Amino acid sequence: MMGQGRLAAWALGLAALVALPFVYRDPYHLHILVLILIWSFAYTSWSMMGRFGLVSLGHGGFMGIGAYVTALLWNHLGLTPWIGIPLSMVAAGALALVVGYPCFRFRITGHYFVLVTLALSGIVLQVITATRDYTGGSLGYTPNRASGSKLLALQFDDKTTWYLIALGVWLAGILVWHWVDRSMARYALEAISEDEDAAAAAGVDVTAEKLKITLLSALMTALAGAIYCQYQMFITPDTVSGIAVSLQMVFAAIVGGLFVSLGPTVGAVITILLAETLRIGFGTKAVGWDNLVYGVLLVLFIIFLPKGILGSLLDRLKPQRKVPRAHEQEAVQIARPGT
Amino acid sequence: MQAFLDIFDIYLLEAVINGILLGGVLALLALGLNLIFGVIDVTWICYAELVMIGMYAMYFMVQYYGISYFIAAPLTILLVAVLGAALHYLVIAPLLTAPPINQLLATGGVLIVLQSFATVAFGIDFRNLGIRLPVLAFGDMNFSYARLLSFLAALVGMVAVYLFMTRTFTGTAIRAISQDRQIMALMGVDTKRIYLITSALGGALAGLAACLLVLQYDVHPFVGLSFGPITFLICVLGGLGNFVGGFVASFVFAEIISLGGLFSDLEWGYVLAFAFFIVMMFIRPAGLLARRR
Repeated sequence: MMGQGRLAAWALGLAALVALPFVYRDPYHLHILVLILIWSFAYTSWSMMGRFGLVSLGHGGFMGIGAYVTALLWNHLGLTPWIGIPLSMVAAGALALVVGYPCFRFRITGHYFVLVTLALSGIVLQVITATRDYTGGSLGYTPNRASGSKLLALQFDDKTTWYLIALGVWLAGILVWHWVDRSMARYALEAISEDEDAAAAAGVDVTAEKLKITLLSALMTALAGAIYCQYQMFITPDTVSGIAVSLQMVFAAIVGGLFVSLGPTVGAVITILLAETLRIGFGTKAVGWDNLVYGVLLVLFIIFLPKGILGSLLDRLKPQRKVPRAHEQEAVQIARPGT
Repeated sequence: MQAFLDIFDIYLLEAVINGILLGGVLALLALGLNLIFGVIDVTWICYAELVMIGMYAMYFMVQYYGISYFIAAPLTILLVAVLGAALHYLVIAPLLTAPPINQLLATGGVLIVLQSFATVAFGIDFRNLGIRLPVLAFGDMNFSYARLLSFLAALVGMVAVYLFMTRTFTGTAIRAISQDRQIMALMGVDTKRIYLITSALGGALAGLAACLLVLQYDVHPFVGLSFGPITFLICVLGGLGNFVGGFVASFVFAEIISLGGLFSDLEWGYVLAFAFFIVMMFIRPAGLLARRR
């Protein structure tokens, strides 16, 4: 798949990214970069499912579990995030299996799948708000400052350290994306997204394949939530969970381009830079303006450019590359019953 | 112990009746959404945000310009109806042939636009009409007039829609399209016009709901999120496009929220309702009243 030239370009780009914080030390810009990397990872996790037509609005829930479980274990039980993060991922994965299995088993697809996952992120948001005695409710939650080892608590004041951690996590996400892209599972899932019955007839275990990719996606999203919590040291139900966060993931992934590995990253760069520029440009009056521009862009993108910025750009650069598969014509394609 | 049981029963009855009153408004919202889905085959994720805009319209007309509530209400209904038609014309119509999920995501974008528009234009303050309706005491139970009024108005609205759908030519055409959209175009019905009328009707129902909800709740840009998701779940639970199913599901949901709120916090009522929804999806995926395949 990857030629020598592309591999070299990746290596060069990566070396530049690793070297960056040692050359350029402006804390504000590093902060923005860390946020971009963390959210890119979250959006990439979403697109693992989304590119196969499994549109989930429940990922806000997985992210919230990742963030809150890690923080709660640290504050109440004193459990280090090194154990807390895997546990939070297990929790999110278990939830994904519990909801995903019946969904796939009973062939809940299309609008119905979207709305079931919407209910899921609604539940997580309401549970976090309702257990306000432990989680601080909608006022937010702060992990306790570490008294002992910073490394054990996974709390660093240094932006460079966080930049490198976020870079590593993001890179892992991209590698997993490529690993899935080159695996047999990809062909199975593409077949499922085009026609579930035909795929089943061809010997694809539809439920198992969907469940695997959902589990993977949920685990990665929970990790993104936990890393975000450790970096920001402050989480509220609205910033890490709920329907707004889920929609934000869908939006960024679509703007960047769902079917290319760096698409969600491009989406994160565009959305976060847009938000920051508007915030600085308008000052405190900017409340709402960034989202207004987002929303308008989202609508325009779905109508005019369903393959996203990077996806369309790559197509234009190499028009003869391949005949686009039917499902890539659409922003997201779902196997519709009866068609 | 006996005294405790007496009080408990009164509260229980009050919660049950409040649940029914809440169900009326939810049923109105579900009806509008079901209408859009049944006829155009599109889910308006931003439906509750149309209601929010309507609530702001009511607030400004009544509070700022001093227009009487009963003149402001029809104006609001008209305004939201126009908004609904515009939404269809600008966003849905270009996407009619696109896969359904793109339409759903596009209205998700409209949701963000409307929310942030309200934030930019009106700020994030909570506002209310300042109309305080008296509380109706019945025995030891208290009911707010606002809820009772909303319930009755919602019922009247639903009956009006029912009559429109069954007694007029346009209404018959709308029902026919929801049964078979390809054939109706061949029968000489202008589907584009019917879609636009349906969207306006759906908007008008959202406008009516706004006039009623503004009596009970404060307006703020994110008020749509507090009843929007519930409305979708109700429609799916009743079977998307199934009017009777949506009606029944509204009351089931309202009771769960109301009773759940009685035994614990209101949030747990919502959690219970969401969990009930997920379980029901597995038991009856095609809706409460659907025939088993």
